[in-house]
Amino acid sequence: MTSNPDPVHLANHAVRLSGIVKSFGDGNSRLTVLKGIDLDARSGEIMMLVGPSGCGKTTLLSIMAGTLHADQGGVEVFGTRLDKMKSAHVTKFRAQNIGFIFQSFNLIPTINCAENVSVPLLIQGTPARKAEARAKELLAAVGLGDRWHHRPTQLSGGQQQRVAIARALVHEPRLIICDEPTASLDAKNGTMVMELFDTVAKAPGRAVIIVTHDNRIFSHADRIAQMDDGQIVEVHDVDKSRPPELHH
Amino acid sequence: MLGLALKMLFGDTAKYLMLILGLFFATFLIAQQSSVFCGLMMWTTATLTNVPAPIWVVDEKVEQVNETNPLRDTDVARVRSVDSVEWAMPLYSGIQRVRLQSGSFKIIQLIGIDPTTLAGAPVKMIEGRLEDLRLPNTVIIDDLAVKRLAKVRGQTIKVGDVFEINDIEARVVGICEAMNSFTGGPYVWTTYERALQYTPASRKMLSAVIAAPRAGFTEEQVVEDIRRTTGLKAFVNKSFNSSPHDFGTSTIWWYVKNTGIPISFGTTVIVGFIVGVAISCQTFYAFVLENIKHLGALKAMGASNGKLCLMLIVQAFTVGIVGFGLGLAGTTLFAMGALKNEQPPFYMSWHIPVFALAVILFICSLAALLGIWRVSRFEPAMVFRG
Repeated sequence: MTSNPDPVHLANHAVRLSGIVKSFGDGNSRLTVLKGIDLDARSGEIMMLVGPSGCGKTTLLSIMAGTLHADQGGVEVFGTRLDKMKSAHVTKFRAQNIGFIFQSFNLIPTINCAENVSVPLLIQGTPARKAEARAKELLAAVGLGDRWHHRPTQLSGGQQQRVAIARALVHEPRLIICDEPTASLDAKNGTMVMELFDTVAKAPGRAVIIVTHDNRIFSHADRIAQMDDGQIVEVHDVDKSRPPELHH
Repeated sequence: MLGLALKMLFGDTAKYLMLILGLFFATFLIAQQSSVFCGLMMWTTATLTNVPAPIWVVDEKVEQVNETNPLRDTDVARVRSVDSVEWAMPLYSGIQRVRLQSGSFKIIQLIGIDPTTLAGAPVKMIEGRLEDLRLPNTVIIDDLAVKRLAKVRGQTIKVGDVFEINDIEARVVGICEAMNSFTGGPYVWTTYERALQYTPASRKMLSAVIAAPRAGFTEEQVVEDIRRTTGLKAFVNKSFNSSPHDFGTSTIWWYVKNTGIPISFGTTVIVGFIVGVAISCQTFYAFVLENIKHLGALKAMGASNGKLCLMLIVQAFTVGIVGFGLGLAGTTLFAMGALKNEQPPFYMSWHIPVFALAVILFICSLAALLGIWRVSRFEPAMVFRG
């Protein structure tokens, strides 16, 4: 296993997918969800995966994140071939290199925000006190410095997603995986969250991959990959000066 | 991560309390019922404790100390004739009725001992002199009798007071400490001959012969000698052990095999176990299911199965230890009440809390395993599917 990526790869490709095929079920009920996908995501960019429901966006995101194995094809994240690694090594790789943001936030309701944010550091074995101090810094960065002691249920949806962003960034991962980050939010909170992505999450040497249906946030992407029926039908750069046009 | 596991556990107050309650009840039922059972079994051997002779000789058909199958008076001499016997004395032990000054009747356990040697006399006198038992119509009563044989409920009987045993006067000359009897009646000591006077006459009256080994012989050797020489059944009088020649052990096994007592108490202990399993496993599994989304998120974020399993084990064993502690505290409170009121019988050997702890940890392991099974089947990718 190679957990230290090649600097050349760091500069260019964050994620490289080649010939990804994934099926679910057996026999007659077997369904091929991903049909030979090739896709690159670059360091320093926000890439959005868009497409109709059931086209395989989430499955592709799971494969990129190393939480799902592809039946065929190669998955390379910052120079590390996840498809060649043992499950335990992939788990460790995720802990060190990937930050997650979920549609329903997935914050633990029985602990406070600082404790929630410190979870990725705790997983890596950082002492609790040190992890919490770092978590408070991140909460301050997302504008919730004075709410660190609140439980997630005491916060609005937008605030909870900001806590989730802080949690995804606390261990300084090189890849951020987001699944419908604005789907549970209203327009105002959705915009606020995306602005945070632009200011806090986006960084040189880090890639942000977002699966979304929300066309209000397309303008925050650097590139958009459009999927349909298990395939990438188009990848294009976003002109930040005007809303992107998508082929449906 | 273990701190996080505990915070997740304590944060869900309702489930945490439910888990504690289930394990508290399980511990309490197991420890309390086992202790009352052991106390009851101790009471069955109370005569052996209160008449501390090293060797008991009884009829060959007798299996336990509360069973009376009288011997002939000549059997005392037969036992004395065994070379390895240092001394052997007659003993009367039987249940009799006492008529109080108020006119009411009470059951007592009457013990008649040899007046010369006073072999079989109570070990610890609280008041009076043992030697006064040689005076006419005298008895020594135990501390339970002080309350039980009083004229009026709430009063006590004291040295110098008089009552009747089968219409014959008995004057109290001493009060001693004694273990409660299985029948609940207090112990009353008198001389052997006087005990026969207090008891309605029958052809054979000798309940047992108590004896001691000559120097250089073990009690077990003497028991073998007496059995071989006289054909009578002889027992050693030690604490509960695995020896078939121990009278206490033989008595306890007789009650275990021939009465419904162990089934009754055993059923309650099993109910305690089932309550613990049902409440704790079900609640813990519900707790895991409720948190499965968060545990799945932790898994996606890079927490290994091993770490998540450890979290569940820590959570299960934490509620186990807390529930066990509270259950044991509840049992202790019950014991304090039982000891103060002298009933129900209560005896907790070190085996009982250890056994209860083992049962509770087994229940917790079962609960943790259920959770581990559920979490290990949860694919981290599922967390993206809501």
